[in-house]
Amino acid sequence: MNRFLWPLIGFVVLVVLLAVGLNLNPRDVPSPLVGKPAPAFSLPRLHAPDEQFSPKDMLGKVWLLNVWASWCVSCRQEHPLLVEMAKRQSAPLVGLNYKEVRGDGAIDMDKVAPGAETGMVVERAGAWLSEHGDPYTLSVLDVDGRVGIDYGVYGVPETYVIDKAGIIRMKHTGPITADALSHTILPLLAELSK
Amino acid sequence: MRQLVMTLLVALLVIGCAHAYAGEAQPLAKDEATEKRLIAISSELRCLVCQNESLAGSHAELANDLRREIRTLISDGKSDDEIMEFMVSRYGDFVRYRPPLKGTTLLLWFGPGLLFVVGLAALVRYLRRRDQAIKDSPLSAAERRQADALLHDQDSRQGRS
Repeated sequence: MNRFLWPLIGFVVLVVLLAVGLNLNPRDVPSPLVGKPAPAFSLPRLHAPDEQFSPKDMLGKVWLLNVWASWCVSCRQEHPLLVEMAKRQSAPLVGLNYKEVRGDGAIDMDKVAPGAETGMVVERAGAWLSEHGDPYTLSVLDVDGRVGIDYGVYGVPETYVIDKAGIIRMKHTGPITADALSHTILPLLAELSK
Repeated sequence: MRQLVMTLLVALLVIGCAHAYAGEAQPLAKDEATEKRLIAISSELRCLVCQNESLAGSHAELANDLRREIRTLISDGKSDDEIMEFMVSRYGDFVRYRPPLKGTTLLLWFGPGLLFVVGLAALVRYLRRRDQAIKDSPLSAAERRQADALLHDQDSRQGRS
């Protein structure tokens, strides 16, 4: 009996560790930005390219920043939820269009004329939103992904919840699921809006 | 048939290698010192897209962007520590292949050592117990004769071969 007890315990511990470890999402890397002020930026707006948007314009409001691109397949997955959420007007949703043209692996950047990229971004992003529905209060254009780096973006889509004081309170990596929306994001929005 | 399969395999391998070579990160900056520092720094950093590749070796889009960013930081005269801080403040300790020693990383740093010590202690305990068990039950005269006979038999057989 004793002979088999310890190997058995060892085996059970191993199985439990594997069960937990393999069910963790390796993409879910805790962001050091949670609890810190949202990095400042000033970027042109998609539907009003002459106007700039900056996170400080949203001070006093609880809002969401959603990183998206038309080439991002998982963005399509979460898009209906975003449209749904926008209808309920839970919070302003700002879209950060991330590397719309140069992030698309299908486009050879050597063939894109310098100066033509922003035009392409506006056209592609606009077309995608009119096709799939536009849940965004406004979208801004991060053509070269520089702002994405400040926000620690490493996989689109990503969503940030930012409070009235401009502090990032939560980051969701990957497509938003109905579960994450109803159990995490909406309750947090409700609490922060109090 | 077998030869065909082998030829195909070799061809695939060659194509695969050529492909990998074509995708090698191209050095962009002109001066060698910047490039050397870039490689030194980015070898210490994890590519968050592929996770098991370093930033120096990754072909991912984001890795290209980040290498470009590090190049800019180097030409801005930032120190290695400042560049590391730049990366960690955005992507967290996970981005470093050698995370700093702190509360949340204690298990990471000392866990393997701890496991080793526990294993070693278990082994020593087991061996001691076995020794004791052998000492506690010495052979009887009959058993000893039998063992000698067996050993002798084996010796003579080995001698013959």
